[in-house]
Amino acid sequence: MTDTDDEKGKEIIIDNVTKKFEDTTAVEGLNLAVEKGELFGLLGPNGAGKTTTINILCGLLKPTSGSVRVGGYDVAKEAIKVKELIGVCPQDTAVFSYLTGRENVELFGDLHAVPKDALKKNLEDLLNKLGLQEDANQRVGKYSGGMKRRLNMAMSLLHDPEIAFLDEPTVAMDVQSRHAVWDFIRELKSRNKTVILTTHFMEEAEDLCDEIGIMDHGRLIALGSPSELRDKYGAKNLEDVFLQLTGRRIREG
Amino acid sequence: MNHHRIFALAKKELKKTIREPAALFMIILFPVLLTLVFGTSFGAIGGTQLATYQIGVVNLDSTGTGQNWSQSFIAALTGTQILKIQTYADNGTAQYDLVQGKIQAVMLIPSNFRDSCDSFWRYPEEPSSWINTTIQLYLDSGSVFATQAIPPMVQQVLATSAFAKKQASFSMPIQISNPSLISVGKFTTFDFMAPGIFAYASIFITMIVAQSFVTDRENGSLRRINTTPTTPAEFMMSQAMSNMIIGLIQVALVFTTAYVIGYRPKGDAASLALAFGIITIFSLCNVGFGLITATLAKSAGAATGIAFLFILPQMFLGTFVVSALSQSAQAVGRFVPSYYVTDAVTSLFLRAAPPSSPTVLFDVAVVSFYSIGVLLVGIELFKRRSSF
Repeated sequence: MTDTDDEKGKEIIIDNVTKKFEDTTAVEGLNLAVEKGELFGLLGPNGAGKTTTINILCGLLKPTSGSVRVGGYDVAKEAIKVKELIGVCPQDTAVFSYLTGRENVELFGDLHAVPKDALKKNLEDLLNKLGLQEDANQRVGKYSGGMKRRLNMAMSLLHDPEIAFLDEPTVAMDVQSRHAVWDFIRELKSRNKTVILTTHFMEEAEDLCDEIGIMDHGRLIALGSPSELRDKYGAKNLEDVFLQLTGRRIREG
Repeated sequence: MNHHRIFALAKKELKKTIREPAALFMIILFPVLLTLVFGTSFGAIGGTQLATYQIGVVNLDSTGTGQNWSQSFIAALTGTQILKIQTYADNGTAQYDLVQGKIQAVMLIPSNFRDSCDSFWRYPEEPSSWINTTIQLYLDSGSVFATQAIPPMVQQVLATSAFAKKQASFSMPIQISNPSLISVGKFTTFDFMAPGIFAYASIFITMIVAQSFVTDRENGSLRRINTTPTTPAEFMMSQAMSNMIIGLIQVALVFTTAYVIGYRPKGDAASLALAFGIITIFSLCNVGFGLITATLAKSAGAATGIAFLFILPQMFLGTFVVSALSQSAQAVGRFVPSYYVTDAVTSLFLRAAPPSSPTVLFDVAVVSFYSIGVLLVGIELFKRRSSF
């Protein structure tokens, strides 16, 4: 692991990454750097390339060209080292319905080799913060959609990762659950964790993120803090920024 | 390789089997029910498989020249029309067939049989000049016919053929030994089916593994596990471990059920352990078939259908129905691994073959080779399909 001067302090570096699936280009020429402790939002409509980017960052997909470094490690060459640093909350609620909520979270603690004592402490803490304590011993098959999504997040963060990839964590969530998750994300930031958050909720990005990258059709079309972006495009919010850049609203895709 | 991860994932798989009704039924309850149904149907009213009564004869007589008394004796035994004589070159093979129930008795004609007969005819009135010898007789203790009828019948035929006496009770230089009783059970139809049922239970692991992998792939669970430091080797090891445990539980339950309803296999504790072992190894083969199925299937429903492409040939060509198949179908069965599992367990439980017998060792080797090969192919194909 060797850092150049440019790379120092950068927790995530995406260098000219392109990802193609046969005839489709999901991500094209993406360059991005995220500093440690930064809460970075990837904003864009469905199909913009946000999830593909996350999948490349966590080693699930190999870029067609370009390179990615996470936590100082080359994802292509040192995937296991990267996976020890990260926590990934996928867009789909990938939970095991035949396990209880507690067992689901414990399983991922074990997969991250969290020591038993720390696992127990973190587990209770996390279940409390995400409002799952009461139903923790119920099988997940009986959970509501919102509970499953909160559990989804708990499973990804039990091991207290230095870098968290949260892919649309609040999509299809009720208002109460969404606020609980937002509070939780703010707490991650307060503990100097690096967070990459993908979302197509403008208010979520605007409220939580230090820095925002707007993606459309696989390309990064704007980059800056929410206020910088608003100022640059003379917009009153990020929705307007997107409208000015693409000529359509973000939820229109 | 992190054992903690392997155990955690294996524990998850075991919980799935226990908690998901479909998996629980297919893997655990169905084999037990099948054993109960077949055991009670074919064990209690199946009757015996032995239709003929045969004596194995090992002729060690190689002395002297002139009249071949032993051949005359054997011909006379055959001439009774009651006893069917099967000659053997050595005692070991004859004993092997006796314990398998193929014959009811083994008779060893001693090497000095001819000398003994000759001495009688040279000095018919001088017993002190006779060369005395003994015919060894081994009988199936479980056969009333064998224990009651064969010794006096052999004695009678000996008296008439070798010594031209009508009465078997007269003094002769050749004695019939006190028969050594060999415990040979009468086999019910279920005795022949049970080894195949043990193998049959494990075959359905293919379907459960395939469904599980496809479901986990569809709902993103596999990808999610792949975002943790879990290596592919650890993941696959956990699958192998959990399914070997499931295979072991299956065979234990099926065996216990069979035992409760009266099944009594031959063989000792080592035979039992080896039988359990080979079925456990066989479960790895079914994990491999499950992975190949999961590679081919696009949905859990499709996985169920495709799994039967592996289940049916193994079931019909290699398990409890194999004995009812034609010779050619049985020959084809040699290409499916379950055939060798059934053959090994049959050798151990039905023929009382020792674990070190060549047949059993060959079967174990084939099953092990087959299982590891199929598992490796399955892992490789599934990795390519699922990027794990």
